[in-house]
Amino acid sequence: MSSTPSTAVTGFAAWWQAIRRDRKATIGAIILAVFLLVAGVGPWLVGDPDALVGIPLQPPSTSHWLGTTGQGQDVLAQLVAGTRVSLAIGFGVGLTVVLVGALVGVTAGYLGGRVDALLSLLFNVFLVIPGLPLAIVIAAYLPSGPLTLGFVLVVTGWAWNARVVRAQTLAQRKRDFVAAAVVAGESSFRIVTREILPTMTSLLLAQVIGSTVYAIGAQVGLEFLGLGDVSTITWGTNLYWAQNDSALLTGAWWTFAPTGLCVALVGFGLTMLNSGFDEITNPRLQLERAWRAHLRLRGEEPTRSTPVVMDVG
Amino acid sequence: MRFVLRRLGFYLVAAWAALTLNFFLPRLMPGDPASALFARFAGRVSPEALQALRETFGLTDASIFSQYVTYLRHVLTGEFGISVAYFPTPVSTVIGTGLFWTIFLAGSAVLVSFTLGTLLGILAAWRRRGWVDTWLPSTFVFLGAFPYFWLAMVALYVFGFLLGWFPLGHAYGDDLAPGFNLTFLTDVARHAALPIATVVIATLGGWLLTMRNTMIGVLGSDYVNLARAKGLTPSRVVLRYAARNALLPSVTGFGMALGYVLGGSLLTEIVFSYPGQGYLLVQAVRNQDYPLMQGIFLVITLAVLGANWLVDLVYVWLDPRTREAS
Repeated sequence: MSSTPSTAVTGFAAWWQAIRRDRKATIGAIILAVFLLVAGVGPWLVGDPDALVGIPLQPPSTSHWLGTTGQGQDVLAQLVAGTRVSLAIGFGVGLTVVLVGALVGVTAGYLGGRVDALLSLLFNVFLVIPGLPLAIVIAAYLPSGPLTLGFVLVVTGWAWNARVVRAQTLAQRKRDFVAAAVVAGESSFRIVTREILPTMTSLLLAQVIGSTVYAIGAQVGLEFLGLGDVSTITWGTNLYWAQNDSALLTGAWWTFAPTGLCVALVGFGLTMLNSGFDEITNPRLQLERAWRAHLRLRGEEPTRSTPVVMDVG
Repeated sequence: MRFVLRRLGFYLVAAWAALTLNFFLPRLMPGDPASALFARFAGRVSPEALQALRETFGLTDASIFSQYVTYLRHVLTGEFGISVAYFPTPVSTVIGTGLFWTIFLAGSAVLVSFTLGTLLGILAAWRRRGWVDTWLPSTFVFLGAFPYFWLAMVALYVFGFLLGWFPLGHAYGDDLAPGFNLTFLTDVARHAALPIATVVIATLGGWLLTMRNTMIGVLGSDYVNLARAKGLTPSRVVLRYAARNALLPSVTGFGMALGYVLGGSLLTEIVFSYPGQGYLLVQAVRNQDYPLMQGIFLVITLAVLGANWLVDLVYVWLDPRTREAS
C-alpha cells in the first residue's frame, strides 16, 4: 500500500483505485451499486406494484416478503418501483443544484463588484429562508409531479453550493495561474471554465453527492406531506400512504420500515463515499494518514502529533 | 454594534424578499388552475371566503402595485386573510393556536441537540480515538441519514404502540385542562419527549462532527500549546481556551440549521399529531387552503429570521473581533 497519492493514473481509473483503497469509500460504493442495480433491473423482477395481490396489511410471509399495504399491494414491489423514481429524482436534482450553484457562485466570485454583492445577497437570502415551508408554498401552486418536485428542490437547494463555490473562486482568482491567464489575454469564459472550475473538481463532486442526499431526503419529506403526485409510486408516496392508512396505529411496521431504511442506507452510502473522497483529496488528511502509517511501521503508537517531520524518516 | 446593525439590515431585506415572494407566487401561477380551483371551491365555501381567495390570487380590479401596498399593510398588521379549511376563522388566529407548540418543540429540540452534540464533540476531540470518538460520530451520521419523520414513526411504533411508555400523540391528555400546575406540565413533557428525542437524534451528529473537527484544529494551535506548557489543568485548557474559539463555526451554523431543523420538526409534528404549525400545514395542503399555507410560511420565516439575529448577538458576545471592528 503506497501512501503517496496516485498521480500516474488519471480520470476514472484514479477514482476507482482511490475508492478501492479507502474502506469508507468502498462500503459507500457497494451500497450505492446495489441500489442502482435494484433501480435498474429490479422493477422487471418483482411484478406490477399497483396490482392488488392479497388481503390488505398482511405481515411479511413467503408469498409477500415484505407483506402487503393498506390497499393490498405488495410492499416489496412498491419499494423497488419507488427506488427507481426516487433515485432518478435524487440524482437529477443533485446534479442540477450543483450546476446552478456553481454557475452563480463562479459568476459572483469571478466578476466581483456589484454583481457579486447582488448575487451574494440573493443566495444569502435563500439560505436563511426556511426551505421546507418555501418548498411547500411553491409546490402547492404547481401541478403535482416529478418536474414540480425537482423544480422546488432546486429552488430551495442551490444557495449553499453557490456560497461555497463563490468562496473557492475568490481564493483561486488571486492565484498566479489565473493572473497569467488574464495576462495571456484569455477570455473570462475560458478562464472560468478551463482554469478555475477544473481546480474544484473534487469539491463539485462532493457537492453533487451531498446535494443528492439532500434531494432524496427533501423529496421524501415533501411527498410524505402529500405534495408529490400521490398516484406515482416513490419512497415518499409509500410513506404517505402508510401514514394515511394509519399503519402505525394498526402496528403495520412493514409498510413504513423498509422504505425509511432504504432512504437511510442510500444517504449513508453517499455520505461514506463522500468522506472517503474527502480523505483521498484532502492533502491534510492524506499527510496525517501517511504519518500514522509511518509511526506504526516503527512500532510506535500514533498519537496526536503534527506530521511536520515527514521527510526526515 | 455596526456588525449587529448590518445583520439586522440583511434580515430586513430577507424578510422583504420572503414577503414579496409570497405576494407574487399566487399571481405567477398559470391562469387556468386558478379558475379551476375557484370552480371547485364555488359550491363549498361562502362568498366571503371566495372573495378572500380572489384577493390572494390577485383576481381583483386593483392595479398590481396597489394590491402590493394593501398586501404589505395587511401583513404588517398581522392580517393574513381568512382560512379556507377553518372557515371563517382568520388565518392569524389559526396560526396562533399552534405557534406556541411549534416553538416549544423545535426550540427545545434545537437547544438540546446543539448543547449535547457540542459537548460530545469536545469530548471526542479531547479523547481522540477514544471510545466516544470511535463510535459516536459514525453512529450519529448513520442515524442522521434517516428522514426525521421516519425516525419519529419508528419511535412512535416502538415506544408508543408496542411498549406503551409514551402517549401516541397530541400535546397533552384530553382529560387535562391547560394550566400552570405540575400534573399538566409533566403531561406536556411526557407528550413532547418522543418528538423532541427523534429530532435530537437526527440532528446531533452534525453538531458533534462540526465541533470535533474544529476542536482538533484548535487543539493543535500555538496558543493552546502555550496554555498547556504553562501547566494549566487539561480541563481548563480544553474548555476555556480551545472550546470557546472552536464554538464559533458551530454558532454560525446554528442560525443556518434553524430553518432546516424547523422543517424536520414540522414533519415530526405530523407523525405525532402534535398540534403545531406542521399539523396545520398538512391541513392547509390537503384542503388547498392557500391563505393558511402562505401565512404559515411567513410566520415561520419571520421566526427563523428573528432567531438568526439573536444568534448573531450571541456571536458578537463570543467573538471579540466583531466588537473591535466597530
